[in-house]
Amino acid sequence: MKNWHVNLLSLALLIFALSLIFYKVSNLGLPLFPSDDIEVWSVEARLAFTAKKGPLKAQLMLPTLLPGYMMIDENYVSGKYGLAITTVENNRVVEWAVRRAKGDQVLYYHLQLAREGAESTKSTSEQQHIIVEAPDIPLYPENIATAITALLEEVRQKSADVKTFTRELLLRFNAKTPDENIQLLLRDVTTRSERVELIRLVLAGARIPSRTVNVLLLREGARHSKLVPWLQVHNEQQWLSFNPENSKSKLPDNVLIWENAGQTIFNVDGGKNSSLDFAISRHTQEPVRLAEQRARRMDSRAMEFSLFSLPIQTQNVYRILLMVPLGALLIVLLRNVVGIKTFGTFMPILIALAFRETELVWGILLFTLLVALGLTIRFYLEYLQLLLVPRLAAVLTVVIILMAGVSVFSHKLGFEQGLSIALFPMVILAMTIERMSLIWEEHGPSEALQQGFGSLVVASLGFLLMSNDTMEHIIFVFPESLLILLAVILLLGRYTGYRLTELWRFRASLSKNAD
Amino acid sequence: MSFIEQLLPWRRMKRMGILGMNKRNGDYISAYNKRALYPLVDDKIQTKHLAESAGVAVPQLYALVEIERQIVALFEKLKSYDDFVVKPAHGSGGEGILVIVGRSQNGYRKNNGQIISEQELAYYISNILSGMYSLGGLPDAALVEQRVKFDPVFAEVSYQGVPDIRTIVFRGIPIMAMIRLPTRQSDGKANLHQGAIGVGIDLRTGKTLSGVWHEQFIDQHPDTGTSIIDLQIPNWQQILYLTVQCSDLVGLGYIGVDIVLDHDHGPLMLEMNARPGLSIQLANRCGLLTRLEKVEAIKDIPDSVAERVSLAKMFEHTENLK
Repeated sequence: MKNWHVNLLSLALLIFALSLIFYKVSNLGLPLFPSDDIEVWSVEARLAFTAKKGPLKAQLMLPTLLPGYMMIDENYVSGKYGLAITTVENNRVVEWAVRRAKGDQVLYYHLQLAREGAESTKSTSEQQHIIVEAPDIPLYPENIATAITALLEEVRQKSADVKTFTRELLLRFNAKTPDENIQLLLRDVTTRSERVELIRLVLAGARIPSRTVNVLLLREGARHSKLVPWLQVHNEQQWLSFNPENSKSKLPDNVLIWENAGQTIFNVDGGKNSSLDFAISRHTQEPVRLAEQRARRMDSRAMEFSLFSLPIQTQNVYRILLMVPLGALLIVLLRNVVGIKTFGTFMPILIALAFRETELVWGILLFTLLVALGLTIRFYLEYLQLLLVPRLAAVLTVVIILMAGVSVFSHKLGFEQGLSIALFPMVILAMTIERMSLIWEEHGPSEALQQGFGSLVVASLGFLLMSNDTMEHIIFVFPESLLILLAVILLLGRYTGYRLTELWRFRASLSKNAD
Repeated sequence: MSFIEQLLPWRRMKRMGILGMNKRNGDYISAYNKRALYPLVDDKIQTKHLAESAGVAVPQLYALVEIERQIVALFEKLKSYDDFVVKPAHGSGGEGILVIVGRSQNGYRKNNGQIISEQELAYYISNILSGMYSLGGLPDAALVEQRVKFDPVFAEVSYQGVPDIRTIVFRGIPIMAMIRLPTRQSDGKANLHQGAIGVGIDLRTGKTLSGVWHEQFIDQHPDTGTSIIDLQIPNWQQILYLTVQCSDLVGLGYIGVDIVLDHDHGPLMLEMNARPGLSIQLANRCGLLTRLEKVEAIKDIPDSVAERVSLAKMFEHTENLK
């Protein structure tokens, strides 16, 4: 007996497939079940400048901290420029360089982000434990020192902690009619970043750690967005964000922190009129594709041979093809364990595949119609006493003529479903008609109709199984699950127990025995 | 019988030793029948030649039609015979067999009384040649052979056809036998699927036991009303000898041998089957499994045919399905 061999092989296949699936789910984050599409932001940073006819070097700081977001993909459009990515003080910096450039130049950095609920809380909780040293009290210039001291004193009176202190301070800066001290301080301030710097200077007087963050607001369809400086203060637990212009203490949703150290975002050596702006768009994407892209960024070996690497059209073909083993397993179960008789071994599976296009009810109707018409004509051909192969060819030709006829007729009547009849496997249909007519003649109509009905039932079951979204998702995302199917099929290959229909076949002995 | 067995019918079937299709295929046919030997029994021409060269009695072969052209010459050859049987070389389950019992003005008379013209007979044979009855529609050949005139003992229990004796031989030892009686429904064919009756035979005595028709136990022939129980098969010993000899010819470990009793020539081997059916268990009201296991337990199977025939007598008839 080769049972142990089959069992061992099946076990090996099962373990291999299950561990690969487990790895893909746990390490690469591929979703085990189909889920709703998720939001993906596409951010394009556009660095434009005019070259000064000489060697040129452009630097752009890249976002590293992405709380709440997950980077799916990034790429650079650099044309003739040489590209290098370096790390400067925990920040990644892309550096474009060229020996000679002339005229207006544009460089692009493209980034794709997806919202990620769970990881955002994780990254903020990590931040909480960072200890930030309090700054020393700066030496203020004499002309503003008194104003700052007075302001600090006033705010300190009305606040309890870092958060309320900052808010009170900002309220004063943003008041509709600022008092004299504020007016004095804001005298030279024009831009938003200068404003943040000023507030930081004041906060340093109270020894409150602060920093400037440059954030990008993610708005669908934004074309010339700029980075916006925000103020962050540390309350010995975490960084709190403040809008320097309206004292709001919370970053809006859909915001991307590009940089948080107040460093220069971009720098162009050998160019002038440089500017950086952002184009933002949003679309939705399947979670599978996202996870797959991310896994590929992780340089996982397991994803190198993924089906997602195929062209979309080929992928769609395999989406259907990979379902066939599931149908084959169903056939094995129905034939060897249940004991249902069908025309041909895998004919019902091919019919089930055709049902995918026609939908179940129409598929059954069209199939029955074709076989009934084909049988009628086959009985007529019997009178002509044709040889077997020419007769089969004649039936095949008639089947195709009928298919075309049904399509045209149903189109005229306005039933578009009738058009999908063309997807039926006509050779299989012709063979089915031939087999059915033979059984009809030799074993009577009831046997022929029984087998025809059995085939249709199996085909319908096969369709329901093979068009199941969850099944399709699992098999396509984890093709190794086919090995599980193979293991089950191998095990069933050594199933020597009774078939369900044998209980019926030997019922005479069973009923007598019950006495 | 325990309560659990009452609930789980397959447990009862197992206890009764009923052999299922999966177990037959997986544990017996695939284990004991070498695939290379299948053509010896699947191709009736090869079986016939093999039997003739070993001196085993078979119905005489009148003509062999392998290509369409030979059909014309066939009718010349058949002029000297009034009755004959046409069968496909690769037919299975008794399909495609045509029995001609005599001639009439317009052609040939079939066993059911219908007249078939020469042209229709030619078309029938050409259908056989193009593979209508062979597995997978492969091109086939047609055999025309002597029609067996069956022993009159069975006249009362057969309807328009020749009964045959199917014996299952496992490792050279006959383990179960039945006689298949044609009915009106089976159109004179001795095939249980087509509506023939199967009647179990006591291996020791050669007497018929009880019958099965359409998976139901019966005691009388449905067409003639005659009792089918306790009929003595003539030449039983000789039939068992012939059966064992035939199984030796092909070397298959699990095989069904079909024997007919000819009025003039005695027992003749009709054909052999490498995948014999399971209904024989119902005909004998006895499971095959217990007997198979008994034979499997025998270490050395004796070489001599006589010893093996006598080994078959150990299967005392017990109706364990009843």
